[in-house]
Amino acid sequence: MTTDPWASAAAITRAVADGGATAAGVADAALAVIARRNPALNAFTAVTAERARARAAALDRDVAAGRPVGPLAGVPFAVKNLFDVAGLPTLAGSRINRDRPAATADATLVARLEAAGAVLVGALNMGEYAYDFTGENVHDGASRNPHDRACMTGGSSGGSGGAVAGGLVPLALGSDTNGSIRVPASLCGLFGLKPTYGRLSRAGTFPFAASLDHLGALARSTEDLALAYDAMAGHDPADPVCQDRVAEPVFSVLAEGANGLRIAILGGHFQRGATPAALAALQACAAALGVTREIEFPEAARARAAAYVITASEGAALHLGRLATRAGEFDPAVRDRLLAGALIPAAMVVQAQKFRRWYREHVLHLFATVDLVLAPATPCAAPLIGQQSFVLDSVELPVRPNLGIYTQPISFIGLPVVAVPVPQTGGLPIGVQVIAAPWREAACLRVAAALERLGVAYAPRPPMED
Amino acid sequence: MTADPDDADLDHLIAAAGLLELDIRPEWRDGVRANLRTTLAMGRQVATFPLPDEAEPAPVFVA
Repeated sequence: MTTDPWASAAAITRAVADGGATAAGVADAALAVIARRNPALNAFTAVTAERARARAAALDRDVAAGRPVGPLAGVPFAVKNLFDVAGLPTLAGSRINRDRPAATADATLVARLEAAGAVLVGALNMGEYAYDFTGENVHDGASRNPHDRACMTGGSSGGSGGAVAGGLVPLALGSDTNGSIRVPASLCGLFGLKPTYGRLSRAGTFPFAASLDHLGALARSTEDLALAYDAMAGHDPADPVCQDRVAEPVFSVLAEGANGLRIAILGGHFQRGATPAALAALQACAAALGVTREIEFPEAARARAAAYVITASEGAALHLGRLATRAGEFDPAVRDRLLAGALIPAAMVVQAQKFRRWYREHVLHLFATVDLVLAPATPCAAPLIGQQSFVLDSVELPVRPNLGIYTQPISFIGLPVVAVPVPQTGGLPIGVQVIAAPWREAACLRVAAALERLGVAYAPRPPMED
Repeated sequence: MTADPDDADLDHLIAAAGLLELDIRPEWRDGVRANLRTTLAMGRQVATFPLPDEAEPAPVFVA
């Protein structure tokens, strides 16, 4: 069972822990699938085979000696290549970072997953410097969607989406500044968790827009997301944003489902421009949960605009030196956005941060009357790779910045979200966001698990010939 | 700057890039203008929202 590329992390770790499979066998099987499928999907930029085999062998020795192994024992995983991996340069999807020395230590979250028994098998393709919603990359080539390789994975965690949806690994880490976990989760048909801002340590990862950067995971089930989240949570003084809070494990509460939770769907901005597929997915989730109430986040479109301005400005500030000395080596689409961001008046950026507090207070006020809200994750299913524009609300818009119109107003104020995949008959999957008040990841995962049990949300298996 | 800047308006901003030691090559100008136009429109959308003088930015410095 555990050599099945579609095996879950939960099934793998159970098999490894009880002797039904060896970690070495699981790692070898994963490496073989990566070797076969990655040429078609372009998800991986580095495969850490030697490290994976050494780690798996150590786990097998622990099992044989009767020593306890962690809750992710033997689970292969991979990380967006903005995570530090000892021995690899941290590319962040760029050409410029290839000149950096190799990382000397793993990112905190990589170390925590391995401490729980997971086995790192490689680093994943991404949009340059995470300024992307497409999964395209001029240096490494586009990540390809396993459900239709002519289509985008979504980004910027494009390789993370392709690797998990293609059965190369059951678990991948990504980052989400404005939607970069939730967009590929939606387009690739996966569960994606973006926790509360400040929940998971970002230490040892290449930043983008510091006041908006989050890390999280993509998987094919809520159970696997919960296992990974529980292993990664916890304070880390190496990230000044990471909050020192008592651990709130989620795996043990998944079975509670949506019982006792007040849920509404988001209207207004979050349905404007949505394609019929996006609205159908939203309605399917609402109907399954018996949700009829609809509410609106005030000024959500303006929140998206403010997130856009802050991202452009903070991103430009981060890259100012590289823009001055190596501008010609950027992806042209990223370079032009960053150069524009460098020229935005500071007063607009400060006003955006002031508006952010106003918006947060008004949204949190709504959470006094509702526990969770549902919204589309993307306005449409996966566009074609290279597609430059689409029509939303009768207006032709560029694809790259607009795939995240529904994700940006949520991450703007750091709310926890689980994107759940809703397969479409005869079409590509599309995601729905399950959103809660800050620090209520458990509620998001409980409702995601309920939708999974109800058969509405599940990761569809793509047609992958080996 | 007008509410709906034309290329000449945007080029005034682009001309200031040298103050940041940025060299915007002629062949990059169309792309930078397009992104400036969009980002400034987003910025105006935020700047026109009435906030009290006492409004604090979201990130709060702690000494």
